[in-house]
Amino acid sequence: MRGRILKTVRVVAALIFLILYFLIFLDITSSLQAAFIGYATYIQFIPSMFEFIESLALASAGFLFIILFTVLLGRLYCSFLCPLGIFQDVFLFLKRKFKKKTRYAYLKPYHAVRYGILFVTVLLWMAGSAFLIIILDPYSIFGRVNVMLFKPAVAFVNNLISRILVSFDNYTLIPVDIKISGMFPLLVTAAFLSLILWMSLRFGRMYCTHICPLGTFLGIFSRFSVFRIHINRQYCNSCGKCALECKAGCIDSRNRKVDLSRCIACYNCLDTCPENGITYGLKRPSQPLDTHRSRPDLNKRKFLAEAGLLIASALSLHHSAFSQYGQREQRRRGRRKEPIPVSRDHPVIPPGAESLDNYNSQCTACYLCVSACPTNVIQPALFAFGWKGVLQPHMDFNLSFCNFDCTRCGEICPTGAIKPLDVETKKRTQLGKAEFIKQNCIVYLDDTDCGACSEHCPTKAVDMEPFRGTLMIPYVRPEICIGCGACEYACPTDPKSIFVNGNPEHVPAEKPKAEQLDAGDTEDFPF
Amino acid sequence: MKRRDFFRQGLGATVAAGASLMLGNVKHAFSLNPAPPGPEFDMVAIKGDDPAAMFDEGIKAMGGISTYVSPGQTVVVKPNIGWDTSPERAANTNPQLIKRIVEHCFEAGAKQVYVFDNTCDEWTKCYDNSGIKKAASDAGAKIIPGNTESYYRSVRIPNGKKLKEAKVHEQILDSDVFINVPVLKNHGSAKLTIAMKNLMGIVWDRRYWHRNDLHQCIADFITYKKPLLNIVDAYRVMKRNGPRGVSVEDVVQLNTQLISSDIVAIDAAAAKVFGLDPMDVGHIRIAHEMGSGNIDLDELNIKRIKL
Repeated sequence: MRGRILKTVRVVAALIFLILYFLIFLDITSSLQAAFIGYATYIQFIPSMFEFIESLALASAGFLFIILFTVLLGRLYCSFLCPLGIFQDVFLFLKRKFKKKTRYAYLKPYHAVRYGILFVTVLLWMAGSAFLIIILDPYSIFGRVNVMLFKPAVAFVNNLISRILVSFDNYTLIPVDIKISGMFPLLVTAAFLSLILWMSLRFGRMYCTHICPLGTFLGIFSRFSVFRIHINRQYCNSCGKCALECKAGCIDSRNRKVDLSRCIACYNCLDTCPENGITYGLKRPSQPLDTHRSRPDLNKRKFLAEAGLLIASALSLHHSAFSQYGQREQRRRGRRKEPIPVSRDHPVIPPGAESLDNYNSQCTACYLCVSACPTNVIQPALFAFGWKGVLQPHMDFNLSFCNFDCTRCGEICPTGAIKPLDVETKKRTQLGKAEFIKQNCIVYLDDTDCGACSEHCPTKAVDMEPFRGTLMIPYVRPEICIGCGACEYACPTDPKSIFVNGNPEHVPAEKPKAEQLDAGDTEDFPF
Repeated sequence: MKRRDFFRQGLGATVAAGASLMLGNVKHAFSLNPAPPGPEFDMVAIKGDDPAAMFDEGIKAMGGISTYVSPGQTVVVKPNIGWDTSPERAANTNPQLIKRIVEHCFEAGAKQVYVFDNTCDEWTKCYDNSGIKKAASDAGAKIIPGNTESYYRSVRIPNGKKLKEAKVHEQILDSDVFINVPVLKNHGSAKLTIAMKNLMGIVWDRRYWHRNDLHQCIADFITYKKPLLNIVDAYRVMKRNGPRGVSVEDVVQLNTQLISSDIVAIDAAAAKVFGLDPMDVGHIRIAHEMGSGNIDLDELNIKRIKL
């Protein structure tokens, strides 16, 4: 049967893509080729669109193909490519395995809600905040779920097996660090996943048909798609069997209509009709446009536009209120005797991010970089950048530091938030400048040598100078500092005695000077 | 639980605990008080232009590696692999030297040779770019990770003044022979890093050392654990910007290698090779004062070889 073939093709393709995305997000040893990850993310709509708008390069025009396919074949993306969509499908499939009588029903379109969400999302974006895109983009949600919930689990199992193998003197499986800072991004993600899965259990793919702004956007095109699901009014007797199978709840069997703007092209409804009343095929011009009744209400639109504007302006006013940065002056005063807490003017963002402006406007918080970073220094955050950059990751030097020769994050970032750098450029890119807080330092307080910060510094921007007797104490040469955070990570004091204050714009650092050394007389032993 | 089961399990546990204690003690006795069957020299110093050939000659003068490694024993070789840099930068031990040491161990009949370090930079990159992973595994050694805390076990350091406890890599605790192969370098905090300082790479929490008088902690640790044999790589030497170094300009060619069981003496000799008075390097002086070895090279029987 034709429907069965279509469905099989869909299931096979979807599973392949789902495995692909599991792979790239759960790559615990960072061993996948950057190019491979690049291909996988090329066909993700939001990242591809973000990168395209930034670079205007055809190399990132994957989203245009998705629009093209949507015009031709409907919301194919939602059932074939969208990892969050396929993940829900698997979830629903398993649900059916356990609970046989799973039936779906026609859902009211709630066009005001759907287009409202899309409208506010776009409006905020135009106003310079990707807030709702970050929160609602299905690819990014899938990424966050994987990196924060599944990856630690995979790593845990890996480490357990590794441990067992080691007891047999077998070191083939290496353990990996599980480092995730910040409970809030995790909680937010877990709550969001629960909500989506609850909606799936209750209504099917409701997140995709009613909330996801990308789905709604593609729906605008799929309404006019060339190939589509038809209900043949001659044969249809409104028995509703097809609607029972429709995860998207878009078949109104009573009125014998399919809401193509919500149809996710899963092909489950084909083959359900005993009368052959539901088919898949070319658009038939003779039929009246079946979605015309559900055009959005212009008054509602206007209201939503105004509401959106209001929200946008409120957010831009208050975005700094939630940021942990930019409050150092108040904190620093009047605490000379106490240990001085670290407070940064700006968070530190990964090499290649160029500037806070670029980073905040391009990043969708998919956490691919969080997953790919070999040293785990890129960490989830909730409000490191305020509302505007909600959930966007920052560099957490309490947990780790940026490896000098590594350029992994820029190679894999699919949105252009972190641009690829060659190694030499990366090694001279200043993410921030180290600042030394002498009053917290071991050498100053205890009169003992330490120098852990200087030890780890790859450019010797943190060097040691004489201090009380034979002691040496750190000092910073900011012009050659690249802000990798090695000093901050290595510093053993609490609060830290040295930290990296982020640059709002990355600048080139100076090259450390080096004179040739003379080995002297090496012929004889000095003892 | 039935009474019979209780006794059976209790007995089993007691026997197991007793056995592990006994075995543990045997191993401790073995590695804590290395009593090498008396090589002719206290130390061998070699000059040459091939680290592997230098080791061949040096260890021959010490009576061959079989003085230290018996057939069927497990050996752990601890180079410095702390940094993600290439061999020319001399931030890590020379890979050719490591390879040759592993080969000697196997020739002496070692059952297994392990190589690891608790690195500072990301460990897989350090292992790869130092060239040590390839060199050691080419020679047949098992290159093992030290990157997670699960590999480390807590030990007590009764004679330590500041350092009373440390978590030590299990392979150091479980292997029969411990060979320490540091590279001589300038060091921002410890002035020099040689054999004693290299042992910071077999413990988990280094920050504690930095917080609690670094030099004293380094000296304290060797009251607990001395390697059976130390081999100092001073072939290429990082003279400044250590321990990581900034560029190859920090490195000079000194073409030297030292071999000794006395970790204080070998550090003293290496300090002189570097051009410093060992008494000026805190941890070497303290270790000498604590009686862990001899800083006075005039009192030692040193064999000098020039190739």
